[in-house]
Amino acid sequence: MKAYIRSAACISPQKTFDTGGFLNDITEYTGTRLTVIDPDYKNYIDPKLARRMSTIIKRGVAAGKKCLEGTGIDVPDAIIAGTAFGCMEDTITFLARMVEMNEEMLPPTAFIQSTHNTVAAQIALMLQCHGYNNTFVHKGISFESALFDALMLMNEGEAHNIIVGATEEMVDASYKVLTRLGLYRRQPVSNLELLKSEAKGTMGGAGSAFFLLTDKPSPDNLAGLSAARTYYQPDNIEKAIVDFLCEHSLKSEEIDLIITGRNGDIKNDAIYNTLGENIFKSNVLANYKHLCGEYPVSSSFALWLAANIIKRQEIPEIVAERGVASRPIKNILIYNHYQNKYQALMLVSAAD
Amino acid sequence: MGSTVYVVGLGVISGIGNNVAEHLSAFEREAAGMGDISLFDTLHQHQLPVAEVKLSNAELIKMTGLPGRSSRTTMLSSVAAKEAWEDAGITDPKAFRTGFISANTVGGMDKSESFFVEFWADNNKGKLRNIFDHECGSMTEIVADQLGIKDFITTISTACSSSANAIFYAARLIKNGIIDIAVAGGADSLTKFTLNGFNTLMITDKELCRPFDQNREGLNLGEGAGYVVLVSEQVLKTLNKQAYCMISGYNNSNDAYHQTASSPEGTGSYLAMKGALEKAGLQPSDIDYINLHGTGTPNNDSSEGIAVRRLFDPNYPAVSSTKSFTGHTLGASGGVEAVFSVLAIKHGLIYPNLRFETRMEELPFEPVKHFQAGQNIKHVMSNSFGFGGNCTSLIFSAV
Repeated sequence: MKAYIRSAACISPQKTFDTGGFLNDITEYTGTRLTVIDPDYKNYIDPKLARRMSTIIKRGVAAGKKCLEGTGIDVPDAIIAGTAFGCMEDTITFLARMVEMNEEMLPPTAFIQSTHNTVAAQIALMLQCHGYNNTFVHKGISFESALFDALMLMNEGEAHNIIVGATEEMVDASYKVLTRLGLYRRQPVSNLELLKSEAKGTMGGAGSAFFLLTDKPSPDNLAGLSAARTYYQPDNIEKAIVDFLCEHSLKSEEIDLIITGRNGDIKNDAIYNTLGENIFKSNVLANYKHLCGEYPVSSSFALWLAANIIKRQEIPEIVAERGVASRPIKNILIYNHYQNKYQALMLVSAAD
Repeated sequence: MGSTVYVVGLGVISGIGNNVAEHLSAFEREAAGMGDISLFDTLHQHQLPVAEVKLSNAELIKMTGLPGRSSRTTMLSSVAAKEAWEDAGITDPKAFRTGFISANTVGGMDKSESFFVEFWADNNKGKLRNIFDHECGSMTEIVADQLGIKDFITTISTACSSSANAIFYAARLIKNGIIDIAVAGGADSLTKFTLNGFNTLMITDKELCRPFDQNREGLNLGEGAGYVVLVSEQVLKTLNKQAYCMISGYNNSNDAYHQTASSPEGTGSYLAMKGALEKAGLQPSDIDYINLHGTGTPNNDSSEGIAVRRLFDPNYPAVSSTKSFTGHTLGASGGVEAVFSVLAIKHGLIYPNLRFETRMEELPFEPVKHFQAGQNIKHVMSNSFGFGGNCTSLIFSAV
């Protein structure tokens, strides 16, 4: 069954929120990390409430709320979120106080807000949404897991409008740990050069992207969403992709654009290189991680990108890797993997 | 939509036992699992009773064959998931699509918090192997590898309703024809992080907890893991065993009242229970036993109790909170209590609500005080509610 992306809201290291433009004014970062451009939250959250909220909660709630703007929908039937690390700022705050104050006189707020379901819960609270509410926390497929649940819920007829999205923050402590684990470049690099220079490591990133999915076709929709699929250590990803496309009566040459999770790390990008010369050899390719950085739910940025490409019939120059797409752009495949272990596919299609 | 989903395997570990048989024995003996904290050094030692699993990390490492650096949560998950998987006796798992849907609330926090002490003093210190499995997804991945499951794996975290949602989700995956077999549930070990967290909220009892008692003062934390194996009708036909029961109803609703407190009228829990009954096509009077969320906090038990009153009055089923035995096992509780609910149907049991003395003044009903066997139990409801207003009810029904 096909669902539709009615709207999309994305807070990222680029100007993707509160803007009429579409990646036409790119922010450059030099180093090993991209940081999120936070909007003015008072347009979305009561400042009294916002003061108690950590950054990830503000980003998630603002993006979740913005999805409803201009849709005529005040309360969705369900809210589903994905996040691998959850509310790190609150987690670190509580851990730090516990250590520094030797378990005495700890304020509860950080603990209360540290649970992974806080963002989905706060959206529900703000919208007074009593419907289905779930949070998926499975590493690099947290977002696709949430999206899969949303599609299944619609297929079951249990929900007609669903807010679904993903959110991840990169606090200094996580950045430090992930750097020590060797995820990032040894030398500072510009994000605009990241994908052109092959080396070990990538750049870290973060962001929140939420979508309003609906089961109703409408010219107002951004795009269609035909499927989301996750794989754990598949024996042969190339065959898995062929089978996936076949299930949707598509051949790879019928895909107008493929957005891959290329991130500038040699090991990470090897599979994209291989597929680009094989199953995707005649396809137009695009990338996105030089704009938002690498993080477990970065594919939510890719879905925001794909939905906007379908709606606007325009591929921003900054994302193009190879080829010129023929018009109309009807089918976009997003293929991302996380540390070669988890693979995920999303099939975005025309809005009608 | 889809076929019936059957429960064919059970596995559980908690403060009152390391497997299903030991739990049944503890219930019959009415033996609670709380005691002093021994797992880590804390200011709250001898102050707050907790229900620890009676196995050291060293014993768990030996038992599970996992590496020495493993999070206790992973090991608890491994023990219970393996018991469930072996109990199911799936003869030819390769012939079917199998999923592992697991849940927890703080991932490998027991290891992360010891990493953090050194790290916070100097960002270049702290052994990285202790932070490697910080993510909630790590536990799921490691145990899925042990079980040899890879067709579909994911992790859910909705605070204290986490593993009830994992079971709910697994049942839907089978009904939707995505997978044929699922091992579903969750795990959480005790950590200094959660112990201090709940303590700052002032909802822990310094004595043994008294769920649904007028004079209750809070919860005791516990730890554990609980898993069920769910299969489609088609898979059941290939097994040399009867199903324990089927999963007939489920609902996930949000209280949308407060980040941690439950609404006084129990909106979320009422909607979850009502929705689960509707899904199962049952009337409130069909339910024989409710395994309550029943944490023992003044707020939860009042809110949940009022929701039960709204839905069930005047036909109250037997109710009790097995957290009076196991403590509150947080992200594991939905899985642990789903196992108890299934066993209630299988063996005709109603578990006692230990230490109950005085009926709550706002409620016209009270929990069962003593262990009852030989009951005719057809439909059991299991409630799991969490921070963020996440309320989930599951209904298990005799085949």
